[in-house]
Amino acid sequence: MKRATSFGTRRIATERLLVAMLFLAPAAIVVGVLVGYPMVVTLWLSLHDANGSFVGAANYARMFSIDETRHAITNNIIWVVVAPTLVTALGLLLAVLTERIRWSTALRTILFMPMAISFLAVGVSFRLVYDENPQRGALNAALVAVHDAFKPPSKYYGAAPRDGTGLVASDGGYETAAPVPVGEPVAMPLVGLPRNRVPSDAQWAGPLAAGTELRGVVWLDFTRGGDGAAGSIDAGEVGLPGVRVEAVRDGQVVATAVTDGQGRFSFPDLTEGDYTVRLAATNFTEPFRGLTWLGPELVTPAVIGVYIWVWAGFAMLLISAGLAGLPRDVIEAARVDGASDWQVLRRVTVPLMRPILIVVLVTLSINVLKIFDLLYVLPPDSSQDEANVLAVEMYRVSFGGGLDYGLGSALAVLLFLLILPAMLFTIRYRRRREFAPERPVGGRAAPRGGGALSRWRSVVRRRRAEEEGES
Amino acid sequence: MALILGGCASPEPWQPDPVLGDLSGSTVEVLGTWSGAEQANFRAVTDEFTRRTHATVRYTSGGNDLAILINSRLAGGSPPDIAFIPQPGVVSQLIARGVIRPLPPAAEAAVRRHYSDAWVSLGTEQDRLYGLYVKVAHKSLIWYRTDAFEEAGVTPPSTWDQFLAISRTLTDAGITPMATAGADGWVLTDWFENAYLRLAGPERYDALARHELPWTDATVVATLQLLADYWRAPNFLAGGPSAAAQLSFTQAVADVFGARPTAAMIAEGDFVGAEIRKLDRQQVGEGARFFAWPSIGGSPPAVVVAGDEGVMFRDTPAATALMTFLASPEAAAILVSRGGSLSVNKSLDLAFYPEETTRALARELVEADLLRYDLSDLTPQSFGAGSNAHMWVLLQNLLARGVPAHEIAVALENAASQDFTEQAKTRGLTEAAVRDS
Repeated sequence: MKRATSFGTRRIATERLLVAMLFLAPAAIVVGVLVGYPMVVTLWLSLHDANGSFVGAANYARMFSIDETRHAITNNIIWVVVAPTLVTALGLLLAVLTERIRWSTALRTILFMPMAISFLAVGVSFRLVYDENPQRGALNAALVAVHDAFKPPSKYYGAAPRDGTGLVASDGGYETAAPVPVGEPVAMPLVGLPRNRVPSDAQWAGPLAAGTELRGVVWLDFTRGGDGAAGSIDAGEVGLPGVRVEAVRDGQVVATAVTDGQGRFSFPDLTEGDYTVRLAATNFTEPFRGLTWLGPELVTPAVIGVYIWVWAGFAMLLISAGLAGLPRDVIEAARVDGASDWQVLRRVTVPLMRPILIVVLVTLSINVLKIFDLLYVLPPDSSQDEANVLAVEMYRVSFGGGLDYGLGSALAVLLFLLILPAMLFTIRYRRRREFAPERPVGGRAAPRGGGALSRWRSVVRRRRAEEEGES
Repeated sequence: MALILGGCASPEPWQPDPVLGDLSGSTVEVLGTWSGAEQANFRAVTDEFTRRTHATVRYTSGGNDLAILINSRLAGGSPPDIAFIPQPGVVSQLIARGVIRPLPPAAEAAVRRHYSDAWVSLGTEQDRLYGLYVKVAHKSLIWYRTDAFEEAGVTPPSTWDQFLAISRTLTDAGITPMATAGADGWVLTDWFENAYLRLAGPERYDALARHELPWTDATVVATLQLLADYWRAPNFLAGGPSAAAQLSFTQAVADVFGARPTAAMIAEGDFVGAEIRKLDRQQVGEGARFFAWPSIGGSPPAVVVAGDEGVMFRDTPAATALMTFLASPEAAAILVSRGGSLSVNKSLDLAFYPEETTRALARELVEADLLRYDLSDLTPQSFGAGSNAHMWVLLQNLLARGVPAHEIAVALENAASQDFTEQAKTRGLTEAAVRDS
C-alpha cells in the first residue's frame, strides 16, 4: 500500500514535470535561439581571426595591444565612473528641489522630456549646439557673448603689416625693424582687415609731409580690386583711426599717441633722436572664439554632458517616486528638531533612499557600458578615435572595414563580462525584494530608517551640547 | 515607318524591347548609395527599363554603410543581384572572395562598345570585365565665390604658385581664402590625390594605389608637405586648421556660398554645385564658379574621378538585361537630362546635358588625356574608405595636429603594409579554396 502510494506520487511527479516542460518549451526555444545561440556563436567567433582560422585567445590579447581598442576601454571606464554618478546626483538634487515647488509636475515633465527623444536625434541636435563656429553653435555663441561683454575684441584684430615693408611682430603688436629718426614720416601699412570692419569714419590717408617731430601714418594698404601698390598710399586707401602707437627707446615706452581719422599720429614732444615705433598689442586682441567642444580634448566630457541632459530627468523621476514613499514622520521629526534642509537631505533622505539610489546607479551603469548611438553620431570623424567606446569599436572592427568578426566578438565578450557584475547585482537585488514581501515599502528602508533616525538624534544632541557650551 | 505609325496609334499592345526581351514576372534587386535626388534620377532610368521589359526593379539605398549591408547580405546567403559600390578597392576585395560574377557576354559587349578603354580597364580585374560606371564625379575642381575674387582683384589661377599668390592676396583683403572640410576625411584624401597626381605623375600614382611604391617615397612626403604648408599658412583656413578639422563638407559649402560667407574657395568635385543649389544664395556659373585644380611644376591637365561601380552578385537574365540597358547611351541620356549627373558613356550626345556647366565638365571627362580614379577608393577599405580608415585619420592629423609630413608618411606606410597584406591574405585564401574545390 505504502509502495503503491509512493509509486503513484512518483508518477504524478513525472507527469507534472512533463507538463511543466511542455509549457516551458516554447519560451525555452525562443530564449535558446535568440539569446543562447548568438552567445555561443559570439564566443566561438572570438576565438577565430578575420579569415576564420582558429587563433585561441589571441584576439583577447590583441585588444589590449591595439591603440584604438585600448583607448575605447579607457573611455568606457571614464564613462562608467563619471556618468551614472553625475546623473544620479543631479537626479536626486532635482527630485528634492522640485518636490517643494507648486508647479512640480509641469517642471518634472519638462525635465523628463529629453528621454522622449532618440539618442540619434539628440546626437544630431547637439552637433549643432556644440559647433565650434559661434555663428552656428549655440553653446559657443553664449560663451562668446558673455566673454565679449567683459573683454571685447580690439577693433583691428586680424590685421597685420604687409610683408617686406619693414614692420616686425613684437608681443602681439608690430614695430619698426630698426629705430627711425624723427622728421621723416613713418609709414605703417596694414592689410588683412575685412571690409566690414573698416571704421566708417576712416578717411583717405593722403601723403604725409615731413615735420620736426616723430610722426607717421597707419593705413589699410589694400585697394579694392587689388590694384594698389604695396607700401604706398594709393587713391582710396584709408587711414585707420584710433590705433594706439608707442614710441620706444632702449626698450622703454617714452610716449604714446592715438591715430586720427586719417590714420596719422605724431609725438609733439619727440623732436630729436631715433625711436622704435610700435603698434601696441591692444590694437590686435583677437576675439574669443569659444571652445572646440568636439575636438580631441573635450569630446568625451562634451558627450557625457549630453548623456546627463538626457538621463537626469529619468533619474529624477525614479527618485521622486522613492521620495514619495519615504516615511514622512522621520523627516518631520528631523525638521521639528531644527535640522536644516541640507542636514535633512544628507542625514535622513539619502540614507533612506539608498536602495533606490543603488538601483538607479546600477541601471545607468549597464546603460552606460553599452552606449553606442550617441558616440556614433555626435563626434566628428576627426575626433572619433578620442571619443571611442567599446560598443562603437566593436561595430567598427566588425563591419567598418576590416571585417574582423573575431576581434569584434572578443570585444563583445569583454563588454558582456563588464556588464555581468551589474546584472548579477540587479538580479540578486530583485530576488531579495521579491521574496521578502512582509517588509514595508522601500525594502530594507525601515530598519535603516531607524538607524538614520538615531544617528540624526545624536547629531541634534551634539549640537545642543555645543550651544549650551557657548552660552 | 511601322514604328512611327505604332507611336501614333494610342492603345497599341505592349511590345517587348527587341534587345532586352520580355522579362515579365522577373525581379532585379539593386543596392546602391544613392538617396534623394540621385535615387530619383536612377529610378527614372530603371522605370524606362521596366517599361521596355516589364521586369520589376527593387532599389535599396545602403547610404554610407553600403559595404556593411552587402557583407551582411552575403553572410546571410542572399546577396542582391546588382550593387553600385563607390570604392573599386571594396569591389576588388569582393572579387577576391569570389562573390562577384563577371559581366555576362551581352552586358560585356555593351560596356565595351560604349565606354572608353580607361573606363573598361577600371572595371576589369585579371582580364575579366566585372564592372560598369553609370554615374561619375569630377573631383579636380576648386569652386570660388566671384564677388570675393572681384573684391580682392584676383583671377582664377592655373599654377600652384599663382594659387598661393591669390590666396595671399585674399588674406590681404581680409577674406579667408579656403574652407577645408577636415571633419570629412574624404575631402582631405581628394586634396592629396589631386596634388599627388600633379606632383608625382600618373605612373607613380598608379604604383602608389597598388602599394608598389612605399608611402615613404620622397614624392609622397613632398606632397604632404605642400598640403601642410597651404593648410597651416596663417589665415588661409577659416578659424585655422583645428577649426577646419571640425568642419563638415556641407557646412564648408555653406561657409563659401551660404547666407554668411566666411571663405572664398572650396576644393571639391562637381557635386558642390548641387549643394550650392540647395543653399539657393548663389547661381552656379554666376556667383559661384570653379576652376581646374592648378598645375604643379608644369604638370599637364589631369582629372581625378570617382564613381559607383555596378557589379553583379547574381547573373540572372533580368539582371544581365538591366546591366546591358544601363550601359546604353539611351539610359545615360535619361540620367544626364535630369541634371546633376555626369556620364562617361562615350556614345552619349553631349546635347542631352541640360545646362552648360555640367556639359563642360562632361566634355572635360570624355576628352581628358590624364584621367585617374580616386586613389583612396582603390585601396583596401580599412586604409582609404571609411570614417576611421587610416588614410583619412592620418590626413586629419596632418591638418589639425601639426604632425610633420615625414612622420605622417611613415605612419601611412605602416598602415598600408598592414591593410594591403590583410587583403592579399584574404585573396590568397580564396584562391587556395578555389583550387581545392
